[in-house]
Amino acid sequence: MTEAATVHSKRRITNLVMTSLTAICAVFATTVLLIILGFIAYQGISSISWEFLTDTPKPVGEGGGIGNAIVGSAMMTLLAAIIGLPVGIAAGVYLAEFGKNWYGNTIRFIADTLIGVPSIIIGIFIYTVVVMPMGRQSGLAGGLALAIIMIPIVARTTEEMINLVPNSMREGALALGAPQWRVSWNIVLPAAMSGIATGAMLAIARITGETAPLLFTALNSRFYNFYYDQPMSSLTVQIYNFATGPFEVEHAMAWAATLLLVGFILFINIIVRYLTRKKH
Amino acid sequence: MNINRKFFNQIAFIALALFAAVSLACSGQQMGGGGNTSSSGTIKISGTGSTFVKPMMDKWGSEFGKLNPNIQIDYSGTGSGAGIKGIQNRTVDFGGSDAAMTDDEMKQTTGGEIVHLPVVLGAVVLTYNLPDVKEPLKLTPELISDIFLGKIRKWNDPKLKAENPNLNLPDNDITPVFRADGSGTSDIFTDYLSKTVPEWKEKVGRTKNPQLPPGIGIGGKGNEGVMGQVKNTPNTIGYVELTFAKANNLPAAQIKNKAGNFVTADSSTVSKAAAAFADTMADDLRFEITNADGADAYPISGTVFMLVYKDQPDPVKGKALVDFLWWAINDGEQYVVDLHYAPLPESLVTKVDAKLMSITSGGKPLRQ
Amino acid sequence: MAQSSTLGDKVYRTILFVAASSILLIVAAIFYMMVQSSMPTLQRFGIGFLWAREWNPSQELFGALPFIYGTVVSSLLALLIAVPISLGIAVFLVEQAPKKIARPIAFMIELLAAIPSVVYGLWGIFVLAPFIREYLGPVLQDNLGFLPIFQGRLTGIGMLTGGIILAIMITPIVTAVVRDVLEAVPNTQREAALALGATKWETTMIVLGNAASGIAGAVVLGLGRAVGETMAVTMVIGNSPQISASLFEPAYTIASVLAANFADATDEIYLSALIEMALVLFLVTVVINGLAKLLIMSVAGRANASKHT
Repeated sequence: MTEAATVHSKRRITNLVMTSLTAICAVFATTVLLIILGFIAYQGISSISWEFLTDTPKPVGEGGGIGNAIVGSAMMTLLAAIIGLPVGIAAGVYLAEFGKNWYGNTIRFIADTLIGVPSIIIGIFIYTVVVMPMGRQSGLAGGLALAIIMIPIVARTTEEMINLVPNSMREGALALGAPQWRVSWNIVLPAAMSGIATGAMLAIARITGETAPLLFTALNSRFYNFYYDQPMSSLTVQIYNFATGPFEVEHAMAWAATLLLVGFILFINIIVRYLTRKKH
Repeated sequence: MNINRKFFNQIAFIALALFAAVSLACSGQQMGGGGNTSSSGTIKISGTGSTFVKPMMDKWGSEFGKLNPNIQIDYSGTGSGAGIKGIQNRTVDFGGSDAAMTDDEMKQTTGGEIVHLPVVLGAVVLTYNLPDVKEPLKLTPELISDIFLGKIRKWNDPKLKAENPNLNLPDNDITPVFRADGSGTSDIFTDYLSKTVPEWKEKVGRTKNPQLPPGIGIGGKGNEGVMGQVKNTPNTIGYVELTFAKANNLPAAQIKNKAGNFVTADSSTVSKAAAAFADTMADDLRFEITNADGADAYPISGTVFMLVYKDQPDPVKGKALVDFLWWAINDGEQYVVDLHYAPLPESLVTKVDAKLMSITSGGKPLRQ
Repeated sequence: MAQSSTLGDKVYRTILFVAASSILLIVAAIFYMMVQSSMPTLQRFGIGFLWAREWNPSQELFGALPFIYGTVVSSLLALLIAVPISLGIAVFLVEQAPKKIARPIAFMIELLAAIPSVVYGLWGIFVLAPFIREYLGPVLQDNLGFLPIFQGRLTGIGMLTGGIILAIMITPIVTAVVRDVLEAVPNTQREAALALGATKWETTMIVLGNAASGIAGAVVLGLGRAVGETMAVTMVIGNSPQISASLFEPAYTIASVLAANFADATDEIYLSALIEMALVLFLVTVVINGLAKLLIMSVAGRANASKHT
């Protein structure tokens, strides 16, 4: 009787301890996030000014800003989106509509592999096939590297979103005699579009934060550059240079640039979250 | 379906608003950018390499840009090794390196002969993070070698105390910081130690990529990387260009030179090191100035070379590049000392000017 | 009418086919480029390259072992920290917390994955490294200093710092996959266990047991992320090619040596050695991702597996 009681209370204590432990894990992880974000905000906010947002880097001690890095990041992300979104979406539609065979499975596996390939390797690849023949580092090369990262992500989200479209919609249209491509283009794709668009936004947020693939491809620049054939600055490479450097003013600029970058990325994530929540 | 439409419209609206904001910001900045505005007449010259000279190049590029608003000199500090690779592969218009290219490296170029143009002199200093040590540390080449080879592991080692009897050296482990990337600063540093310490010559030698014995040090990327590690980590010692130490208010050790004096690194002691080699300089200007003779010569001094092709592919860019370099070594000299570098001796300026005159495009000299 | 529709179908299908095949083409090109560029070292050093310990480019000594060691140990360290925490979070979110609490917490943990690598590096240099040097390191040395892994100098820069940063970075992905796996376990299992008088925790253990292979998949997937991480690691690991027992000592990973030295490797053989390591990393990620996919699919079904790989 007493033995059974101890076993019973032991089980209850274990239950209590373990369930609280899991809660602690969750609290711990969210705390880490808050500490990181809080530190970024605290360190970054004081250096943000109009000059910082619009000026170009100056020799140490003369102020300067990251305006050209903002433009560079925006331009390379835009180029990556222009290439990556159509190709990625088309590939995703292929996988969903025609990819239920060995070739589709192969592409699916290869796409997942490409998502897992360290982005530094993609930088090296673009250096070899774009930078070397072109004879210089450029925004084009940087944008292409980002596009390669983007394509498989967009493809896989698109496929997933199309798979969520009820088959009845498709069958209904086909029964009315519409050709397959019209059904796919005019019925299925629009129905999946909201999901694809959120996926695309998340992919854009992801590539905006990439540093490694830009190191050898876009290099860096001290100037505003509106041409894709020239070396281009980016927020991430600029943060890396500021952060690993010795100058305190530059460390402060690294935090401020980080605040801007993380702010942008979190903004997109929160927007996406808000929109997808409405849908459910 | 309806919900989806509405939802998609929302997203499209947000995306449009974002793009509008970005493009507005771009155009606004273009107007605000003033002298940096790109126009069809802008000549962009890109260079990469030595991080040692990066602060100098930024200053020169910025000042030259004020005089010549249509020329943009864009230099990124990636390490001397990357500067040499950049000019070999012609991904940049000029390379920067603190080490002259080796004969092997000269053979691997894709655009013909490379001219070495010294532009400025500098000191590699041993900087350290010892908050309680106020007076400068005194180091001999043997001590430096022992520290970086791991034979001296404590700051209060008797050998260190012997040269620094007045300093309050702590009972802490020493952490040397070295360069992880191919570096001209490493080349100057290891060249100096190879000339002065036989053991170093045998174990490490002169190289842009020195490897310390395992368990000794931390690697940093670029002068900034080494400086950052030293600055952020107590009990470290690393080798960097003087400007980097000065900018951070970190100390630089006095080094025992060939004449047996402990010398502080500054513009004048570096110039004295260069003066000692003035008569024996090779015609192609590939020289080093480590371990110089002279009572006040700073022994770990070095030269920064700009690497350019003797025959420039593009006459317009070639002309702008030559003009910039000419301006830098003649007029730009006024900014050198403020950044703790040392100007080239007069005799050397004349030699570099002559080299600049010899640079051509399509056979025609770019500067008369 | 019928004919034009088949033509339209053909064109449509061809366009999509080309787009999908471009992925195949890109990966093939990356693979070909790497094999091609690593030929000189493959021919000169053969397979022994992988376990040679000496790395000294100036003397043409190229051994990949210090980098492989650094990559493996930092990643395992990350798993050791991240997996229990991720399991805890996932169990909390799926098995315990009411939806109202679970949702925002899940979202915040997903946000951890959205923070760029370079930002983790920045935070690592200025917050985590000093914290380890001043607080965590001394505590570990005082209490567990007899273990070789906690001996030696405390600089804050080294294997442990790299491992902790990696752990924070892979926690969201491991958590997300474990969550999906747990959600895929049918509720009847839980109800049956509870009906038999099991406590909530005992029920959870049964669920975890049934989801074991999926959890293994999540762990492997986290490993895949950790081995390829570049910027954050290179900023805090100390970039020194050595094999040291101490976790406080600097180390080097394959990805970080690529970031540090690819731009300045002028010698063909040096460049080739770097790219051969990139090739090794590439092949490892392919195997890891394939394995993770198989494991997750066995529990959660195709849809969920595809979401995260």
